[in-house]
Formats: sequence, structure tokens, C-alpha cells
Amino acid sequence: MTTELKLPLYFDNNATTPCDPRVVDAMVPYLFEHYGNPASRAHAYGWVARDAVATARQQVASLIGAQPKEIVFTSGATESNNLALKGAARYLARKGKHIVTVSTEHKAILDSCHALEREGFEVTYLEVDSEGLISLDALRAAIRDDTTLVSVMFANNEIGVVQPIAEIGAICRENGVLFHCDGVQALAWMPIDVRAMKIDLLSMSAHKMYGPKGIGALFVRRGRPRVRVQPIIDGGGHERGMRSGTLPTHQIVGMGKAAELAAESIASGGVDKVRALRDRLWDGLRANLDELYINGSWEHRLPNNLNVSFAYVEGEAMMMGIKEIACSSGSACTSASLEPSYVLRALGVDVELAHTSIRFGLGRFNTEAEVDYAVELITRKVRFLREMSPLYEMVQEGIDLKSIQWTAH
Amino acid sequence: MGYSQKVIDHYENPQNVGSLDKADPMVGTGLVGAPACGDVMKLQLKINDDGIIEDAKFKTFGCGSAIASSSLVTTMVKGKSVVEAEQVSNAEIARELALPPVKIHCSVLAEDAIKAAIADYRQKRTEG
Repeated sequence: MTTELKLPLYFDNNATTPCDPRVVDAMVPYLFEHYGNPASRAHAYGWVARDAVATARQQVASLIGAQPKEIVFTSGATESNNLALKGAARYLARKGKHIVTVSTEHKAILDSCHALEREGFEVTYLEVDSEGLISLDALRAAIRDDTTLVSVMFANNEIGVVQPIAEIGAICRENGVLFHCDGVQALAWMPIDVRAMKIDLLSMSAHKMYGPKGIGALFVRRGRPRVRVQPIIDGGGHERGMRSGTLPTHQIVGMGKAAELAAESIASGGVDKVRALRDRLWDGLRANLDELYINGSWEHRLPNNLNVSFAYVEGEAMMMGIKEIACSSGSACTSASLEPSYVLRALGVDVELAHTSIRFGLGRFNTEAEVDYAVELITRKVRFLREMSPLYEMVQEGIDLKSIQWTAH
Repeated sequence: MGYSQKVIDHYENPQNVGSLDKADPMVGTGLVGAPACGDVMKLQLKINDDGIIEDAKFKTFGCGSAIASSSLVTTMVKGKSVVEAEQVSNAEIARELALPPVKIHCSVLAEDAIKAAIADYRQKRTEG
């Protein structure tokens, strides 16, 4: 019953997730009656706020197998990534000035590394294979005597590829280097245990797990040897000196509730429902259309992510055609830089195919009826645009596109 | 991308999509752009003995403004003489479609496609 669907459908849950209504309900009292500053120790308004923050800190810690004292609230994952990389690298600068990361990391990691390079640090950027995975041998080989920090994301934001985190953690621990992990994309979808995975620093964001935007956290491991980070924001010494600034109680409460719901969803099979929807979308599309190419490993992938290239159909034109579905493209035409996705390029995806990639991110609130509507619409539009594509016509005529002398412009 | 209603109209109802027989001596074919750049336009013009463009067809791989630019030029050149068609400029196309600055290259490509199709037609005539 397509008439009952609320359009446009939201299939962009790797970009952000909607706030769960239960999260909003938990937050609202802290905007109205409980407006105290959690740092106010002398009156009841402050105590109520402080208790709420303590509860949320416990909820966030529980999601990743940490202790509440190991959670530092920040403004979001970009800040968490900046704090982890700059904070840990600078704190350990006397020990060494070499960092290892990966070419497909989020810009918040890559640009923090570039900033550190300008300060005299050296950074090794590991390559990925055609599936988007790093080589553990390459990681071992990259770690030097002066390496202090390795940063590898749990799951990629574009292609959803999940790295072998526990193995990476073990290698880092053996070599005595810190392991930072950008966990943002995995939080709502995969079990994370910072102890078992030997993660020393983990970046988190609320709005990728049905919480509000503008709040995140950094897990900073305690215990021997204790992980230390130099603050990047100076002020009143909140969050044990690691992140100054008045705690936004309502945001923190929202993140705590979102973490609690994510843990429940992972434990109770909620994630499997989302995986089934993602698989239904992929199965439906490939039953109807030829020349579709999955970008990144299918096996090692977030359950909600589908990144697929629709050969011979440019991504932006595709998104205009399926405007009833909110999704993303790796096409150059959708980016400010007019360059196709650096993540897809790192996998060795042909630039032609990178221009045709679309990312669908399924979520908790999507339905089978929505997926069926999407399959029908996408099929119709791809056929329409392929009929209009000179490349598709040439391939049908048996012409090898690589044999043509194209006029680059 | 914030497109004008004209771009959206041409995208949703493209004019003159299709192919003409490229072996026909009356048909000039222009293929411009590159898949790696994300835009390829094929424009075909059927030109009669009086030098008048009787028919125009296009196929385009590219973004919405590339499709709209190609669709628009087919409607602009039909009925024109070859000499008149050669005068169609990218500025005219960009103005008509109110293309945003980052999409001006699509109108340049459309102008190039007209010139390439006419060049192909002339080459066929001199060889034939």
C-alpha cells in the first residue's frame, strides 16, 4: 500500500538516524524543570542534573563494556576523534611521534592526522584491499619503535566494511602502542566490548544510534598503564580535565537512553530485522537489474549498509530520479570537490563505477513495504536512465568502453 | 543540488532521447566527455541536402544538468541550419537552464557535442 508510506523514505541511516521517541521523552524534562548545571554542587537543581549525567554515563559505558569513569562526553564524534588523536599523540610525543591509520578513515581522522603532520608527527596511511579491509601483516610491519598510536575505524561510513578490530587490538597491545577506534558507525549495530577487543580509545556519537545530534563521547581506558590524553579545549576542568565545558544534561540524557536502546536492540534481534530489510532490498534489485556491483566486502559489513554501483547510470541523475528515497551517492557531482568518493577510489573501484555508486542505510524504523516500494522505483528509474545512457547502448552493441579514446574535460 | 524548474522538467521529460543510424551519410554523430569524468553525451543530427537539421537525438550519461543540457540542445537545433546550430553557445544553454556555477561544464559539453556532430557530418560529406 504505497499510499500509506511517508515520502521521502529515509534510507540514509549511515548519515544520521532519527531520534527515537523514547530518547526525546527522556530528554525533555532536562530542558524544562531539571535545568540545573550538573556542576552546581550546592543545590537540588544541580544534584538532579548530576544524577542524570551519572545514569547516562553508566548507560553509555554498558553499551561498550566500559566503566562509567572511562567515558568523556564531547560535542560529537568529530571532537572525540580530534581529542583521541591529537590528545594522545601530543601526550606521548616524548616517547615517539609516529602514528598509523588507514586511507579510508573518516575526514575527522585524516584531517587530524594532517594537522599532527604539520606539528612534526609522521603518519603512515595503510592501504585497503578491494574489499576495503586492511592487512594485519601490513599493520604489524607499519608499527615502529617510535609509534605511539594506531587509529582504525570499526566500520566505514560509506561502505559499512567492518575491520578485524579484536585482531588489531591484540597487535597493538603486543607492541605497546595505543589503539584508537572510531566506533561511530558500529554502535547501534554490532556488539562492542572494549576490554575483549583491547581498545584503548573509542569515539562515539549519539546521532548514529537514534540519539540527538551535538553529543558524543570518548572512551579513555583506565587501568595499567592508564591512557592519558592532553585536552584540546581548556576551561573549567570538566570531565576530569579532558574536556572542559558545561555538560549539556539533556543531550547526555538522550545519548544515555539511546545507548540503552541500542544495547537492547543488539541483544534482542532488532538488528537482524534491519539486516533482513537490507537483504530484501539487495535481493529485489539484483533480481530485476543486471550490472550491479557491491562496493566493499559483503561478508564483513554492517547489517544496515548497502553501497552499490548501478553501472552506466550517473549517481546524481539517479538520486534525482529516486527523490522519493533519501540516500547518498559517491558520485563526484554530489560532492563539493567534484571528486568521486576517496573511499571507493582506495578500494580500487573504477572511477567510472564510483560515479554510479549509491549508499542506502537501512534503520530501525524502515518497513518491508518501504523496501518493496524502493525496489520498484529504483528498478524503473535505472531502466529509464540506462535507456538514455550512451554507455549502456555501446555495451549492448558489444563495444569495449575501455577501447574508446575519450575526450577528458 | 538546487536546480531550476527547467532542468527538472528536461530531466523528467527529456526531449528526443534515442539514436539515429550512425551509418547514414545524412547523420552526424558527436560523442563527447568521458565516463571517468562522470559525463558522456552522444548527440546525433540528421541534416538534409539544404543544410537544415531535420532531426536530433541524444543519449547522455551524466548528472541532471548534463541530461537537461543535451535535451535542450536537441530542441534548439532542430529546424536550424548547420551554420545557425554552430552559433549555439554554452552561455545560451546555461542561461536558459539557469545552471548553477558548478554545472557550467555541462553546458560546455553540450556545445561541444553540437560541434562534434557537425564535424562528423562534414567529414562524411567530404569523404563520401
